[in-house]
Amino acid sequence: MTSLTINGKAVELEVDPRTTLLDALREHLKLTGSKKGCDHGQCGACTVLLDGERVNSCLVLFAGCDGQDVTTIEGLKDGDELGAMQRAFVSHDAFQCGYCTPGQICSAVATLKEVERGDASAVTADDGDIHLTRLEVQERMSGNICRCGAYNNIVDAVMETGGAALQTEAAE
Amino acid sequence: MKPIEYIRPDSADAALDAIRAENAKFIGGGTNLLDLMKLEVETPDALVDVHRLDMGGFSDTDGNGLRIGAEVTNTTLANNSRVRKDYRVLSEALLSGATVQLRNRATTGGNFLQRTRCYYFMDTTRPCNKREPGSGCAALNGPSRIHAILGTSAHCIATHPSDMAVAMAALDAKIHTRKADGASRTVAATELHRLPGDTPQIDTVLEDGELIEAVTLPAPLGGTHLYRKVRDRSSYAFALVSAAIVLRIADGKIETTRLALGGVAHKPWRAEKAEARLAGQAPTEENFQAAAEAELADARAEGSHAFKIELAKRTIVAALREAADRENAA
Amino acid sequence: MNDIIKGKWIGKPLDRVDGPLKVSGAATYAAEHDIDAAIGFIVEATIAKGTIASIETANAEAAKGVIAVLTYENAPKMAPWGDGADDRFEQSHGVLVDGTIRHYGQPVALVIAETLEQARHAASLVAVTYDEQAPALGVDRADSELAEGLDGGFEPTNRRGDFDRAWAESDLTVDLNYTTPHMIPAAMEPHSAIAEWDGERLTVRNSLQVIASGVACLANTFGIDEENIRVLSPYIGGGFGSKLGQHYDTILAAAGAKKLNRPVKVVQTRRNLFHAGPHRARIEQRIRLGATRDGTLKAVNFETWSTQAIGYFYTEGPMASAASAYRCDALHWTGKTRQANETLNDSMRAPGEALGGVTFEAAIDELAEKVGMDPLEFRLKNEPTEDPASGKPFATRDLVECMKRGADEFGWADRPKEPRSRREGRKLIGYGMASAIRGNMMQEGSCRIDLSAGGHLTVKMDMTDIGTGTYTILTQIAAEALGLHPDDITVDLADSDNPATAGSGGSFGAGTSGSALWNACIALREKLARAGGFNIDPDEIDFDEGTMQAGDRAVALADVLKDSDGFSAEGSIKPGEEHEDYVQNSYGAHFCEVAVDMDSCEIEVRRFVSVFSAGRILNRKTAHSQCLGGLVWGIGGAIREELWMDERTGGYVNRDLAEYHVAVNRDVPKCDIIFLENPDPKSNPIGTKGIGELALCGAGGAVVNAIYNATGKRVYDLPVTLDKLL
Repeated sequence: MTSLTINGKAVELEVDPRTTLLDALREHLKLTGSKKGCDHGQCGACTVLLDGERVNSCLVLFAGCDGQDVTTIEGLKDGDELGAMQRAFVSHDAFQCGYCTPGQICSAVATLKEVERGDASAVTADDGDIHLTRLEVQERMSGNICRCGAYNNIVDAVMETGGAALQTEAAE
Repeated sequence: MKPIEYIRPDSADAALDAIRAENAKFIGGGTNLLDLMKLEVETPDALVDVHRLDMGGFSDTDGNGLRIGAEVTNTTLANNSRVRKDYRVLSEALLSGATVQLRNRATTGGNFLQRTRCYYFMDTTRPCNKREPGSGCAALNGPSRIHAILGTSAHCIATHPSDMAVAMAALDAKIHTRKADGASRTVAATELHRLPGDTPQIDTVLEDGELIEAVTLPAPLGGTHLYRKVRDRSSYAFALVSAAIVLRIADGKIETTRLALGGVAHKPWRAEKAEARLAGQAPTEENFQAAAEAELADARAEGSHAFKIELAKRTIVAALREAADRENAA
Repeated sequence: MNDIIKGKWIGKPLDRVDGPLKVSGAATYAAEHDIDAAIGFIVEATIAKGTIASIETANAEAAKGVIAVLTYENAPKMAPWGDGADDRFEQSHGVLVDGTIRHYGQPVALVIAETLEQARHAASLVAVTYDEQAPALGVDRADSELAEGLDGGFEPTNRRGDFDRAWAESDLTVDLNYTTPHMIPAAMEPHSAIAEWDGERLTVRNSLQVIASGVACLANTFGIDEENIRVLSPYIGGGFGSKLGQHYDTILAAAGAKKLNRPVKVVQTRRNLFHAGPHRARIEQRIRLGATRDGTLKAVNFETWSTQAIGYFYTEGPMASAASAYRCDALHWTGKTRQANETLNDSMRAPGEALGGVTFEAAIDELAEKVGMDPLEFRLKNEPTEDPASGKPFATRDLVECMKRGADEFGWADRPKEPRSRREGRKLIGYGMASAIRGNMMQEGSCRIDLSAGGHLTVKMDMTDIGTGTYTILTQIAAEALGLHPDDITVDLADSDNPATAGSGGSFGAGTSGSALWNACIALREKLARAGGFNIDPDEIDFDEGTMQAGDRAVALADVLKDSDGFSAEGSIKPGEEHEDYVQNSYGAHFCEVAVDMDSCEIEVRRFVSVFSAGRILNRKTAHSQCLGGLVWGIGGAIREELWMDERTGGYVNRDLAEYHVAVNRDVPKCDIIFLENPDPKSNPIGTKGIGELALCGAGGAVVNAIYNATGKRVYDLPVTLDKLL
């Protein structure tokens, strides 16, 4: 039996130990918002927050999540309303088919937190000066493939939701 | 994926005990092992989950080095303030690899032990001496863009895909393990992985059930740190060729060079010949070129990866040039 | 010209009406319907040609949770592949019919179990041996024959003008051989289906671009009446051509469900799709161009050689890019192909022009350089007054406007013309441009609308929304025509019980379904006007905010509706004579800047300015996204994407998203997209033209031309990966 919290609710479920977190969500818990695009950590569609950090849920065993806290796209709403990042994705048309979108949004929410915390990326030159530039967002969001090609709009949505405080004058 | 028994021990001792189960394997972040288990390339009967074991995290060593617990994630390691300051090449290598999602999950120990991305290794319907000893090597005469140019054998031309391990090799990191019988030992990062020879199925010198508990980095080398990764897309791609460099120049002469290459061999490739060629020399384009030529003198590639020989030379020169420019500007 | 459209709703950058569902994870894709289904997992053939000698299923059947293993020995009866229709989407897609293997990765068994974990493992326990035969693989020019036809309705040959003479009269010529690689659409949602039978009645929930032909395919495959089939695809996680027809997921789910008399779900794995999903064929292309010294284009000859999958007649024609592009004395082309034991070669976004927009536009660039003219100037000089391929008049033509506007916005005049002449540190900077031309197609479609007594409109058709924004633009069209608020409109799509359309493909979806809806609305306007007591031409009545108004007479719709049973209307559309008499295209122009690393030769696309003319724009936000996506595909196609076939087996080695490189976020610069909004009344009643594929056409051409300008190297074997520039 695996006990964990999913979107704020306590969940207990016993599954085949081979079951990934993604398959448990989709096939056992009817939380189909998290998507399976490749099942091998190569597309990012399955991205969820595990203890607050983004992971590919297709490469996590459900049984290993005992005692942990999972947030999926279904948990990012603000009550009955869409959350800020979800609203920004709609207004910037940051998706087309929508299949990669839940993973993009989970990644985007995590990106803001990581930048705020001062986590570096491959394009961070100066540790004392990590800001939400377009290039930073592009690099940090490159783990989520969008085959429809909404990347420009995804960057716009993340920049807007991040707000002026996380950006610099230098932001392109 | 075969039916498995899943065990999550609460200590390293318990993990070493559990690993004695028939055909058991440790699982860290699982980002590579689960990937391969779904393909039935890896077929353990039991998984011993060490992902959330506390193996000590970070601490300073007596000699002003840094100890890193094997459970530390790639994200945490890349962002550690001492790593960013004193071992920058390691941070850059980590951040150039995979994605935030994967780095959040992947561990220091597991990163060393990830397996090759060779197409034929990952496809159980094709011959592969690494996956099925004696079945042959389908890469030798097939499409081979990602394959090895140094230290290959007639049995295997697979590469090790890690970026982190390349930086660790350049930094002369040491890996601390415990065997299933509890005995501890220390292995140099440069000696952890092996060349394929006629036993390509053996990736590393570790024994079955041997657990990586920690890695230590020696006292900081100073100088300029740089990781140059050349790949087929701007992010989220394995290295075609990479170079981890630590360069220190004093009075116009190269005082220290540490150079390791990724994407070129069955192991992170410490470029000792290039280092020797550069020792005490002036940081000139000619010397960089000569060092690259020396290192790649024995490179061999017959297939579609032959371009990597030239690319490796160019990458070495470009990385040395950039490091020297920065070092001179500092 | 359509005078009813005032632009109150049509054209507005309305947020997607399905947006809130998609961003909250509540849109239900094919595999996500709450149906208690057994799980099927495909076992793939590991040869490209031959027959099954033995198939051992006992171990799989004995594995925990396994319910059945379907093979050709026990599968429900299906018609052989290709039977029942000439159309490749309607023909039988029967699988597990006999032991014959046509391509590597072809399903040889379906393991059905209670859970995915059980089915996946048991699939590995099925042991198959083969009598293998030498497969036909790859292009073989000597063994090729003229294709039956080329995608987009083009003939396999074109012989307008005297090529030999025009070639002889040319002062400057190029004779170039290009290859474009095997590629894969790789929609993010894998092919997925849940099938269930109720007696003879089959219901399938899957991910399908064209519903009606998908129903015909199931009828032909299983030998049942179309009336007994229902297909639903409300949300589709991308198509790009790969979901035009039914594929193994659906056929096997239906077969499994029939065998078990229980719903079965089949989701093809990503790796399986690389072998058993549709691809773009590798194509060899020879392009000969000749011009006189003053830059007059004289001669164009475009020959291609490709392959077809066995029993799947489809040939892509990159020469489509030459058909309507530039004035010349002679335009010849020849498209040859041969049947090969390759996985399904099929449509992939902008078939034809996606490739010709790279190769032909690169060849034009090379010829312009030989002539000594700026490539923009060369294109402007050779602007045609009639269609070069057919001699027919153009319905509209504003390619020149697109090029001039783009050149201004980009600052093209200031670019260094000499290749390899601009450096920034260790980067070589280059600039390139190309034309975008894509044939504008219309198909047949019909629609039913119901306006309830309460004033809510429901739009019904089997049209699909594959991310293109169909739900949204149909809402806008109905709102505009009937003066309703979008909140009072529900668009019900992708259900085979609804009126039939041609679905989503070839950029004809919005024009076709939108026009069918428009005509239904016009019919409804007439009924409402009559009920409201108007005795004038309904077109003279202004429908706005729930009121019908003409002169000083105003009637609230609510008053007409309140004592009624509601009003319904039907509408349909088919391509008019103007699609016969005129050549119809969408147009555009691309300008791009690249940086190429002098050491590693890594390519970075740094800037894109593109101008598009696609008739009336229905929604400026979703249209912008369509074009943005096209540019991303152009970039990826030019420098990233290539499947490597292992000719020893007929399989692809880089069969995953780690090694098949589609563009990631960091690969794509901020793109400037500009529309010239010129409604085209010859296209359809709402004046739209195809937009979904336009931006991809020529985008890659601009990239490879910029790479040449940066490096002085032309690469003929696409994509331009770094090794080719070392």
